[in-house]
Amino acid sequence: MTSSAAGRLSLWLLLTPFVLWILLLVLVPHLQMLRVSFQVRESWDSLSWGLDQYQNFFSEAYYWRTFVRTGVMSLFTTFLTLLIAFPIAWYIAKMARGRAKGILFLACLIPFWASELVRTYGWMILLRESGLFSAWLQALGWVDGPVEMLYNDVAVIVGLVYNGLLFMVVPLVTTLDGMDENLVEAGYDLGGGHATVLREIVVPWAMPGVVSGCIVVFMLTLGSYLTPVLMGGKDSAWFTEQIFTQFITRFNWEQGAALGVLLLFLSSLMVWLGLKLSGQSLRKVMG
Amino acid sequence: MIRSVPRSRLFDSLYLAYLVAFFVYLALPLLVTAAFAFNDSPFPSLPWQGFTLDWYLADGSAGRTGLFHDDGLLGALWVSVQIAFWVTLASVALGCVNAVLFERLQFRGKEFLYLLMLLPLVIPGVILGVSILVFYSGMANDVSRLWGLELDVFRPGMTLVVMGQVTFITTLATLVIGARLRKFDPQLEEAALNLGATPLVAWFTVTLPWLMPSIFGAAAMAFLMSFENFNTTVMLTGSDTPLTVALFNRLREGSTPVLNAVALFLMVVSALLALLTMRQSQGR
Repeated sequence: MTSSAAGRLSLWLLLTPFVLWILLLVLVPHLQMLRVSFQVRESWDSLSWGLDQYQNFFSEAYYWRTFVRTGVMSLFTTFLTLLIAFPIAWYIAKMARGRAKGILFLACLIPFWASELVRTYGWMILLRESGLFSAWLQALGWVDGPVEMLYNDVAVIVGLVYNGLLFMVVPLVTTLDGMDENLVEAGYDLGGGHATVLREIVVPWAMPGVVSGCIVVFMLTLGSYLTPVLMGGKDSAWFTEQIFTQFITRFNWEQGAALGVLLLFLSSLMVWLGLKLSGQSLRKVMG
Repeated sequence: MIRSVPRSRLFDSLYLAYLVAFFVYLALPLLVTAAFAFNDSPFPSLPWQGFTLDWYLADGSAGRTGLFHDDGLLGALWVSVQIAFWVTLASVALGCVNAVLFERLQFRGKEFLYLLMLLPLVIPGVILGVSILVFYSGMANDVSRLWGLELDVFRPGMTLVVMGQVTFITTLATLVIGARLRKFDPQLEEAALNLGATPLVAWFTVTLPWLMPSIFGAAAMAFLMSFENFNTTVMLTGSDTPLTVALFNRLREGSTPVLNAVALFLMVVSALLALLTMRQSQGR
């Protein structure tokens, strides 16, 4: 197309912004975070190297318990989101026709024009003691006094699932949309029951969408801060809260960096496992 | 399970009930948030006391300060708009360049660099914020201690927030613009070149117009994502707090219908922006 010198020049011109972005905003800051996590502050201006921050994490039960809790609850939330979203995505992709299809798909997107803060606030208005559910239950005469439904783990999961739904529905609809319905019919014609068809045909076909949705939802849930902080009770601490506390409240950057590295490690591990177990690649799932 | 496979009545009605329940679940929090922006009561809760526009318009004389007279919130709104503007500009520009790089050029290590490009999507937002804080703010601290120079840009504040948000919004912009560029027929560009256009002219008269809808789409998305972001922003913000952080701080003090008013305002603005983009992309 062009001479090789001009080609090389344009390659470098296009490559430079990319390299600057990825180095200065992604790679170098993360390496620095890793480095700081191995530092131990001896006085205000002297540092030494050590594993103290990681030892603190394992010796303080509060840290690692929150860590495990956050991980387990995120997994559960992801699974629940998948279960709730799948029938919806199926309906939109395979049962709805024409305009209804587009409208339903848009309806799924609407809540996400509001920010996470607004969505969480909406749930707070519904669930709290002076909230609407409590008032409705009293009006129906089912309960005697106000009921507090906020500030517990169930409330947190309701909010987290709500936040994740879009990121599950969209990839599922996209993959299911591309599935040939004849495949499903053939499955039934060959004598398969609902369960067999679902397991042998639908799920394998939808796998890229399932993996992509699960990865994004898990990551968003694991890294969420607003929903657990605003909707959770005293016992439902989230790991991101601890990172925030170390950095912003206590100015203990070394400890905070170590906790950040651990969270990053957990999320990368789960992404990697999800890709390996399902035989997908990041490029196929995300790109 | 699909239209052509027979199903029982019961299954159909259960499915329908599930769909309805799902969409009620989606809509309910937003509807109540919007409704209580107009309740004539100092708390966003039942009973309904009548309709009022006080939470938008009251000027503080009657003990109520509406959104349009609340200097704290208006200031935060302005900060958010500025941040979103710079983030949109930077990430869409980077996204364009990246899209051309990955869709049109062949070079060694492309596959690996593409994976690097996707990386910000699988890093939790809090960590993106923290790492940038540690690196840049730490650097500002070190420079100040060693040489007595004050690098105030790298202290928590608007610049750092913009940098933190550009990190992941660029990836999204790259994907949106790249998807459109993939559908572009390179023969069109070659035709322009054959007809005597220089590569630069061909780019601006043929390729760029083709990309325009996706550039608009990416810009609207970038603006919204930046405006609504909390996780990355909260780690990097200084004294000039953007709207989401200001709202969060208010919310911790206790909720008032002014928060509902802001929430509804945000929903309407985002909805308008989203509709505009859809019009734009359908028009082409």
